[in-house]
Amino acid sequence: MIGAPIFVIARLTIREASRRRLLLAVVILTLVLIGATTWGFAILTSLPCRNGEPCSPIESKILAATLLILVAFMFSFILTLGAVFITAPAVVSEVESGVALAMLARPIRRSDVVIGKWLGLATILAGYTLVTTSIEFAAVSVFVGYTPPHPIMASTFLFAESLVMLTLALLCSTRLPPMTGGVVALILFGLAWIGGIARAVGEALGADTVRTIGQVTTLILPTDGLWRGALFSLEPSLLLQGAGSGRGFAANPFFAIGPPPPEYLAWAAAWVVAILGLAVFSFNRRQL
Amino acid sequence: MRPPQNLGPAIETTELAKRYGNQTALAGLTMSVPRGEVFGFLGPNGAGKTTAIKLLVGLIRPSAGQGTLLGEPLGDRETRRRIGYLPELFRYQEWLTAREVLVLHSELAGIPSVMRARESDSALDTVGLVRRADDRVGTYSKGMQQRLGLAVALLGQPELVFLDEPTSALDPVGRHDVREVIRSLKQRGTTVFLNSHLLTEVEQVCDRVAVIDRGRVIAIGALDEVVGSASGVRVRVNGLTTVAEEQLRTHGGFTVEQDWYTFQAVSDEEVPALVANLVRLGGQVHAVERQTGSLESRFLELMEATGHS
Repeated sequence: MIGAPIFVIARLTIREASRRRLLLAVVILTLVLIGATTWGFAILTSLPCRNGEPCSPIESKILAATLLILVAFMFSFILTLGAVFITAPAVVSEVESGVALAMLARPIRRSDVVIGKWLGLATILAGYTLVTTSIEFAAVSVFVGYTPPHPIMASTFLFAESLVMLTLALLCSTRLPPMTGGVVALILFGLAWIGGIARAVGEALGADTVRTIGQVTTLILPTDGLWRGALFSLEPSLLLQGAGSGRGFAANPFFAIGPPPPEYLAWAAAWVVAILGLAVFSFNRRQL
Repeated sequence: MRPPQNLGPAIETTELAKRYGNQTALAGLTMSVPRGEVFGFLGPNGAGKTTAIKLLVGLIRPSAGQGTLLGEPLGDRETRRRIGYLPELFRYQEWLTAREVLVLHSELAGIPSVMRARESDSALDTVGLVRRADDRVGTYSKGMQQRLGLAVALLGQPELVFLDEPTSALDPVGRHDVREVIRSLKQRGTTVFLNSHLLTEVEQVCDRVAVIDRGRVIAIGALDEVVGSASGVRVRVNGLTTVAEEQLRTHGGFTVEQDWYTFQAVSDEEVPALVANLVRLGGQVHAVERQTGSLESRFLELMEATGHS
């Protein structure tokens, strides 16, 4: 069957994560995390707002929405870091250890290995994002009574952001040792994050140069733009109305004034395909 | 499985070369390996043996030259279904069991799913790993991992098997077992390409050998052809004067160690004349031995000739 080795490698990658107890450890820790954040939510939203009086429903909703955005940021952090940690050794460690030698002597392409690993790791990330964000949103809805406006879109954007990091770390893994590849990917992630803030600040203050530099950064690594997509999906209309056209809000890394435009999403998708293609090209040319 | 007689060689290369930047790993390998034979591939460290195997298996691309593997151009992906390969430095996924490693490689090799379990069991049986088949590879000793590597190389009854130092981590029993596996492969018509530093092992199983140095073949042929040129005659004789010894030079070069005279280039037909001459010159002959050259002595001789000593 054409492309079958890709699925063999993808399955193997998922099995490795499971056998090495990565999935178990992550699931247990995340469930603890979700329990703790939900409990914190319940406590914070039940506190009186002023003079011992309970908060109004609007105040409670804004508080819950803000807290959920911070929790989403935590998930964004876990997902991007997790994507880098599990992907940075993916190819290079198999080349260095000799695992790749025996496998590549089979009738498979090197691209099968790269794309199969990408597919397997992406499946792990997608499953993790779907399960954990669903539980978090459901727990907040049940115990606090708040549901974000677009939870599925928020999860999708969080996954897309981690997919960008996964693809970048995979490219690094075709050439760089695991530690170096991971550090390079994380530095680029930090640059993209600060670039996104620079773009928003430049926009708010009308500083074109700063805005352009920030814009270019968010195009080079489209993580921050996708994070803002997740943000926007979690912001209730009340929060957006409250922000109005305030310039300060636009520069806030925990606030998005609008969703990413379709062109940007298309760019992000093309970016992932191009970087994956580059990873295949790079591994094809690597000496074993 | 007998090799079809009308097919060409299992391996044929012409001036196959590999360079990494300014470094030449393989200068220009020209050789031919007939089907159904056990072929020994020898050379000092850094001669380019492993590079040559990687080129033949298609793991790396040549910088120059060309070659065929089982009649197809080097690098042909489909041909890899018909070969087995045990790399020199390898590891398998330590979190898998041996059986799972074999099933994985069966899948990658394109072995039909109904045959995978049987193929895996057969390979495990051949290398003596049945009892530990369901243990994780991470718990295996180096020797057991090498046995597993051999099992992986044997999957799917390949027509050609590359074994790169297959016994380096094995004890004497393991080495014996590997030799038996190689012999059984030969019996069923499989071509075996064996790279080993253990020359006595090569001597025991190989039909033909090639010695390479600095990426080029410096000797190739049937084992007795390559070794044969090192053969000579040892004679235990006393009573020879210095003048008589001088006259013995007509039989070619010789060395003297106590009473033992070793003539380096005396054929079987020339032995009676040599003995008669020794007696005529006043020598008392106590023993005559045909000195059969070993592969090791021939190898060392070749290395000395190419400036390795």
